[in-house]
Amino acid sequence: MTDRPKIGLRQRVYLVEVLIGLGVTARHFFGNLGRHAAHSILRRKDVRGAVTIQYPEERRPYSPRLRSLHRLVRREDGSPRCVACMMCETVCPAHCIYIMASEHPNPDIEKMPARFDIDLGKCVFCGFCVEACPEDAIRMDTGILEFSAYSREGMIYTMDKLLALEPADETGRPRSPVPLPAR
Amino acid sequence: MNEPSTGLAADLGIAFAKVAFAMLVVLNFGGILTWVERKQSAIMQDRIGANRASIFGLRLFGLFHPLADAIKMLTKEEFTPARADRFLFGIAPFLSLFFALVAFATVPFGDVLRLGGREISLQAVELNVGILYVFAMLSLGVYGVVLAGWASANNYALLGGQRAAALMISSEIAIGASIMGVALVYGSLDMQTIVRGQGVYWFDLVPKWGILTQPLGFVLFLTAGIAATKRIPFDLPESESEIVGYFVEYSGMRFGMFMMADFVETVVIAGMTTALFLGGWQVPFLFPEGFNFPGDLAIPLPHLAVVALQVGAFLTKVAFMCWFMMLIRWTLPRFRYDQAMRLGWLGLFPLSILNVVLTGLVLLPRGGS
Repeated sequence: MTDRPKIGLRQRVYLVEVLIGLGVTARHFFGNLGRHAAHSILRRKDVRGAVTIQYPEERRPYSPRLRSLHRLVRREDGSPRCVACMMCETVCPAHCIYIMASEHPNPDIEKMPARFDIDLGKCVFCGFCVEACPEDAIRMDTGILEFSAYSREGMIYTMDKLLALEPADETGRPRSPVPLPAR
Repeated sequence: MNEPSTGLAADLGIAFAKVAFAMLVVLNFGGILTWVERKQSAIMQDRIGANRASIFGLRLFGLFHPLADAIKMLTKEEFTPARADRFLFGIAPFLSLFFALVAFATVPFGDVLRLGGREISLQAVELNVGILYVFAMLSLGVYGVVLAGWASANNYALLGGQRAAALMISSEIAIGASIMGVALVYGSLDMQTIVRGQGVYWFDLVPKWGILTQPLGFVLFLTAGIAATKRIPFDLPESESEIVGYFVEYSGMRFGMFMMADFVETVVIAGMTTALFLGGWQVPFLFPEGFNFPGDLAIPLPHLAVVALQVGAFLTKVAFMCWFMMLIRWTLPRFRYDQAMRLGWLGLFPLSILNVVLTGLVLLPRGGS
């Protein structure tokens, strides 16, 4: 059982408390109105009348630890750094990675993937693949969170797609264009 | 022979022009209020509010959103439930909006306009029982709501309709009783006379506006008036969080008309509050010949300028009252059904009777008004 706070006469008359409340909201209204005017008419861009982040144009900064869309890291010559060791495929709890290995043209490097598919429809974004990778070949630092598709097949990202992605900048804003679903 | 017919034509033209102006004011205020509601609530809550609708990349602070809403509602499906009373279901939103729209007719928006030897009272309809007319139209508006609730063949809609009726009775009595005080002070039920009565000054300094002669009446009238608009904090007929309300089964523009009726009622209550308590079209120290400030400072003005100032003052006051009612709507939480009933019957009603008695006691020694 909770003890209800005693309501005094002032609260029960209601009118005084209503006026106080109206004062609070009116102060917000006129304060924000002034700040909006300073922002858009006086061009004071440091003054903001709202906490809104207008999402597609503006983004709030992401933490560098954020696990976003995967990408495959390239070597200097552009070939994937991945050596098809299958560590990530093995550790993946969602079984969403599919790798097919092949010979690397360079004899110093044993293998490279012929196929490297991630089914993002299954991925749970645990980041184990990044932890497991001995070559630092897969990372989740693109800053892209908005990938979608009209079909299950569209959620499968192939090696070419993953290799083309760039890491996000220091504020977490993606450098690569957000992949738009093809109809 | 030609004289009377042109006189009749001119009379008709003037009548049409006045009605058209009143309608224009109500409809435009109602339409813009949908935008004001979004923007004002957003600014009060540190948000930006709807700003995406644009025409050729022009956004104008989201002013196109009412337009986009209208297009959306007109193109949406109008659904009628299978067991609904089709006739009543169809006519209910029209009733609701119609009575809200015509209620503004007796609110005066200016003093007498002298044009071409005619004296035109700036009031869509000149009725010597103007207040009672507005009062009656606001009460009739609830028929649309009750019929909508009943004709929908939906228990929740029916509950909403019943609540609307109960709320209307408990609030309209308080409205009527608080108006009685105003009628006593200014000695008339004609709104134009009441507004003229507010052009008198105490000690040549303080205008005798209704808010000063009837402070309690003002608070009671505004509270009951907000209840009559069926908006938060008195949104019992709608009660989005409990029963969704009398328009559950409505879609498309029919729903839009109910929503519009709420906004139009807000404008009507704002207009009534302005006329009865805020001096109507009166500008402080503005007389038919021009400004005449205390201390013998007089600025003569031409007749048309005076009339324009008066109409402008009326519209400004209505806009302010609309803003204030929006501020209340976005500040207070909603009343529960029993709380609103208790406030109406045990708070507003006895207080408004007390207000009438007190006003009578004050006026009695002076021998009437």
